[in-house]
Amino acid sequence: MKRALALVERDMRKFRRSPALLFASLVLPIVQLIILGNAFGGNIKNVTMGVVNLDRGPESVGVLERVRAVGANARTFLPTDYDDEGAALRDLRKGVLSAVLIVPQHYSRDLLERHQPHLALITDNTDRSVAGAVGAQMSDLVASINAPEVPPREPAQAALDVVEVYPYINYIKYLLPGSVALAIFVTAMIGGGLLFIDDKSRGLHEGYMVTPITKWELILGFNLSGVIKAILSGETVLVMGAIVAEVPNFFQPLRVLELTLMVALTSVALIGLMFFIMARISDPLVPRAIFGVLNTLLFFPSGAVYPIAGFPRWLRVMSACDPFTYAVHGLRTLLLKDVGISAVTTDIFALVLTSVLVLSGATLLFRRTL
Amino acid sequence: MRAKQPTAPHQAIEVLGISKRFGALLAVDNVSFTVKTGEIFGLLGPNGAGKSTLIRMLTTLVPPTSGTAVVAGYDIIQDPDAVRIRIGVIPQNLTSDPELTCAENLGIHARLYGITGARRRERTRELLEAVGLLDRADALASTLSGGMRRRLEIARGLVHDPQILFLDEPTTGLDPASRISVWEMITHLRARQGRTLLLTTHYMDEADRLCDRVAIVDRGRIVALDTPVALKSSVPGASRIEVQFAPDLPHGAADLEALPAVKSVRALGSATYRISSDRGPASAQELVELAREHNLELKSLSVQSTSLDDVFLHYTGHGLAEMPEPAVPAGRTKGGRG
Repeated sequence: MKRALALVERDMRKFRRSPALLFASLVLPIVQLIILGNAFGGNIKNVTMGVVNLDRGPESVGVLERVRAVGANARTFLPTDYDDEGAALRDLRKGVLSAVLIVPQHYSRDLLERHQPHLALITDNTDRSVAGAVGAQMSDLVASINAPEVPPREPAQAALDVVEVYPYINYIKYLLPGSVALAIFVTAMIGGGLLFIDDKSRGLHEGYMVTPITKWELILGFNLSGVIKAILSGETVLVMGAIVAEVPNFFQPLRVLELTLMVALTSVALIGLMFFIMARISDPLVPRAIFGVLNTLLFFPSGAVYPIAGFPRWLRVMSACDPFTYAVHGLRTLLLKDVGISAVTTDIFALVLTSVLVLSGATLLFRRTL
Repeated sequence: MRAKQPTAPHQAIEVLGISKRFGALLAVDNVSFTVKTGEIFGLLGPNGAGKSTLIRMLTTLVPPTSGTAVVAGYDIIQDPDAVRIRIGVIPQNLTSDPELTCAENLGIHARLYGITGARRRERTRELLEAVGLLDRADALASTLSGGMRRRLEIARGLVHDPQILFLDEPTTGLDPASRISVWEMITHLRARQGRTLLLTTHYMDEADRLCDRVAIVDRGRIVALDTPVALKSSVPGASRIEVQFAPDLPHGAADLEALPAVKSVRALGSATYRISSDRGPASAQELVELAREHNLELKSLSVQSTSLDDVFLHYTGHGLAEMPEPAVPAGRTKGGRG
């Protein structure tokens, strides 16, 4: 028993002297509780919805007033007026809008004449939770039109037709962009951060530093090798996942090229981020301790598994600062929507900006001496 | 800043008042010395004396707090890249990659010096042959014994045929056979015209056997510097004699101090004495006669020449094992005293 207690004493002493381990042990569960607790199952809010009123009669104005009331109160969607149906649908495909409501011509006349006019709701079904929430809210809205609090003598009836803009997207397709980004991130953690610190602690870097290799060459070499591994990892998961999830038209050359660009940009940003974090760390325990926290902080707020529209405000802010968010959005847009690279310019810009910031920071922090 | 410093052509290394401080700890304290081109120069001292910190400053791994050094004609602070091209370093830690083969380790290191293509393959083969690892060229470094791994490190340090080679504790942790093998290799390394070797060691026999000149390092300072022979002759009493009588001498140490060549006497107890003498064999003869004169038995008598151990003891006032290890501030062990 005394010998066993000696081992216990040893471990307790090491535990107390390893702040990174303590940090991970205590902070990780709390971070997970807060992030995961808020990242799933929240009410979908602030979904961007274009409204095209082709009627302009008194009943259509009533519909629009109800839509704006939802935008101001429940805030399930944020309506934006469009004059041109084509422009609204283009923005829907680009991802600027998540839904488009079209009030058809002669809506007011048809309603008054009991011809049951149909409102059209076109949803971006690449995110089924968002599309479902907007559809449910609009169904409630149409029900309120059909059954007002003060019933008229002769009630009019409107109907809602929900149209999904893309072919049926199951959850595996929805999850695939997140899985690709996660594969890149895990490679960045293991093949980038962990290997870098392990090599450093084993003294291998000392062997490089006595050679004429410059600081820039060291930074470039470490990052480039990490990026190559991350791209290989991301591409493998992308191709395997696309086959398993049966993504339509996946192997179109231009599409593959665009997706590869997005994988490469994500790899540069995440490897750069990892290098920035690890630039001054020497203790091999630290990366092992913080990777769980990093994973929770970056992956779950990215919208990879649940829509950002369902997050509370503070988590949406976090999501906006998370490079993972742009990687997931960019990959999802290119994978599941039949749109070109112009639809992901914001994502490309965000990933390039992240890369520039983290690599500049890492260059400042990285020391060529021991 | 590629201007070559105006050092004398026969000086490979010129250290100019170099110091290194880690927080409150002064690891290297205003050290100056020169190393001549083509010589094997040793820094001898216990662990924690500051040898490794000194070598890390000279190899541009750790910036000095003050002072500087000119290595191969270039200032380590002003022009570290020019220094790095001209030096080879075999660090104390094994820094070859255990997950790569011997040939891969050498090949990748060669590329870091801009050696590519056929020249790289040729150089790798030459070096593996030179260190006796040609038959292990495709073996992972992790599968090598300690001695083999050290030989691989030496080969790696030589990949670009450097003018100056730094070896930090080259035989620490090796078994006696491997030590001898590494010693032979170090002796052969100087065969290259004009190559200079600077090594650190805490083994007296290693410094004695390999080095043309030795600097004794203690608590971050050089306390003595000369050839091993000159250092040994600088210690009063060229020989050390230990003698035990039975029973004891009538006047103890005073009887021994009266002998002509004896420089000092230290009573060790139980009628045993340690004597420093200028003429060991003659003093031994006198001790035999003294015992006979007093009708005493000589229980034991041993005569040893002065070693670097004695030199170290003489200059530092303590033996290698008695060196109190200074506390290195937390988080600075990488560049800490060695």
